[in-house]
Amino acid sequence: MSTTEVSRPAPSGPAAPRRPERRQRTFEQSNRRLKWAMLAPALLFVGAMIVFPLLFTLNLSLTDAFGAVNAKKGYVGFQNFLDALEDSRRFWPAVRRTVVFTIGAVLIETVLGLGLAMLMRKAFRGIRWVRTVLIIPLLTTPVAIGILWLLILDPTNGIANHLLETVGLPRQEFLGSVSQSLPTLMLIDVWQWTPMMTLLLLAGLSTLPDEPEEAALVDGANAWQRFRWVILPMLTTTLVTALVLRSVDALKTFDILYATKGPGGGSNFEVETLNVYSYGLTFDYQEYGLASAVLVLFTLFIIGVVVLLRRRGRKSA
Amino acid sequence: MSAAAPVTPSTAAPVSRTPSPRARRRRNWAWVRVVAVVAVSLIFALPLIWMFAAAFKTNVQVTNPDVGLIFRPTLDNFRAIIDDGAVFTSMKNSLIVGVISTVLSAVIAVPAAWAVGRFRMHRTGSLILVARIIPAISLLVPWYYLFAQAGLVGSYTVLVLSHMFVSVPLILWIMIGFFEGLPVELEEAARTDGLSAFGAFWRISLPLAAPGTATAALLAFVFSWNNFMFALIFADEDTQTVPVTLFNFISYASTDWGGLMAAATLITVPVVAVAVLGQKYLVAGLTAGATKG
Repeated sequence: MSTTEVSRPAPSGPAAPRRPERRQRTFEQSNRRLKWAMLAPALLFVGAMIVFPLLFTLNLSLTDAFGAVNAKKGYVGFQNFLDALEDSRRFWPAVRRTVVFTIGAVLIETVLGLGLAMLMRKAFRGIRWVRTVLIIPLLTTPVAIGILWLLILDPTNGIANHLLETVGLPRQEFLGSVSQSLPTLMLIDVWQWTPMMTLLLLAGLSTLPDEPEEAALVDGANAWQRFRWVILPMLTTTLVTALVLRSVDALKTFDILYATKGPGGGSNFEVETLNVYSYGLTFDYQEYGLASAVLVLFTLFIIGVVVLLRRRGRKSA
Repeated sequence: MSAAAPVTPSTAAPVSRTPSPRARRRRNWAWVRVVAVVAVSLIFALPLIWMFAAAFKTNVQVTNPDVGLIFRPTLDNFRAIIDDGAVFTSMKNSLIVGVISTVLSAVIAVPAAWAVGRFRMHRTGSLILVARIIPAISLLVPWYYLFAQAGLVGSYTVLVLSHMFVSVPLILWIMIGFFEGLPVELEEAARTDGLSAFGAFWRISLPLAAPGTATAALLAFVFSWNNFMFALIFADEDTQTVPVTLFNFISYASTDWGGLMAAATLITVPVVAVAVLGQKYLVAGLTAGATKG
């Protein structure tokens, strides 16, 4: 009883004025420790899933590994890279298809997406339902989308050819032909991902201030001038982000190509992009050395595209 | 009242009483806009409607393009799928893998997003986003090798870990923006009231971030449900997920269009339900961070 009475005034007496300062310090210390503690699990997980595998792949790319990953292998230096870069039968056509597919699809998606976003900029009744319709394609399983379009575009029984015939246009082979497969898949990609572009650009448009456009209206600018010289420059940041996001995904497109055309991108490799090619090299041919070299080149290529787009974006912003 | 009276008629009257040609033109424009938007929506909706319709057609009707959207529906395709059972097994697998990978990803990614957002550690945050850029195939061989050594290939564990590799960056990306949008004053007030930094996160920011977390988790689940490549490599017959089962259907049953469409419909219906119910949040999640560059 007496001890508590003695000790009680002690902390509240001399310690009281010092208390806020001490508390401040522990705040900062605990902050520093806390932020790393909060980050650590995610950082460690992603690091563990990336760092070792990337080193492993880099190592494999310098070997003649074939058949089994842990089979005896010899180091061959940069031979795999040279082999890939000299391969005009599979590698370079795959590069070309990857580039054509990505540029074509993303370009169409950007133009259509921007147009649709401008149409949907001002709210109207039922815009909720339009947005719902727009998100369904991009949330649907790509393999299911592949199957769905196989049915629609079936050369003999599909509704697409039926419609073409009805309006007097010639029937098409679509995915059944070597030359039409890649353009057809680009259009399927456009169908699935234009909504994403629209939603991203709509989000960007909704953040823009109204005043510059009103000022341009007062100055007598027509609709196109207002779009080209007022809205578009303000939208650059969003546009670049959207382009980066879509390009990275388009470069890596796999599911829909593999689901509709199977291994090797069809009998004549007609839709074999870099992703499909390296998948085939790895899992159908067990050419781990060459596959790893192709993947290293592919990764560098994607990083290059991202850096380039961001730099151009920053320059024009 | 008397002060406001002279102001109102002078501004409002000319506009509302006599519509100028300009206003009329603008109203016509609005109609064109609505018609265009509806037409475009139909283009995006019709293929999926075609798929749902085909699921209820006999194989004769499916391959006859004259049979449009009006026909006598049959449930035979669904009956065949239920009898086969493979689709339901894979739906169960997808559900297990999707739920576990999403929950675990949220548990590690949400606190990380808070740290990145609160303490402006964007450089560190972007390290994790590297995972979004790298082609996943370049990681598959090493993963396979490692998981095979551990005897895990074909197990749920591998599928969960590989799907988390997609969900963690996704949840992180969405939640960083969300936490940055919360006023920092709330946490500061909580701290002066005696909560620790972690307490401020746990009691103040986390509950406020619940809608964002739900959005991010929903998207992570949908992308796990849709993931094809990882399950193609790592799953065995018992752990096969939905897209792989569907893909196998194409290879050996390519003539059974009705069955294929019924299977595709079954796995798409949950996604459509999610889209209809959570449209507002999903759009916010999908476009998170887009306006900041």
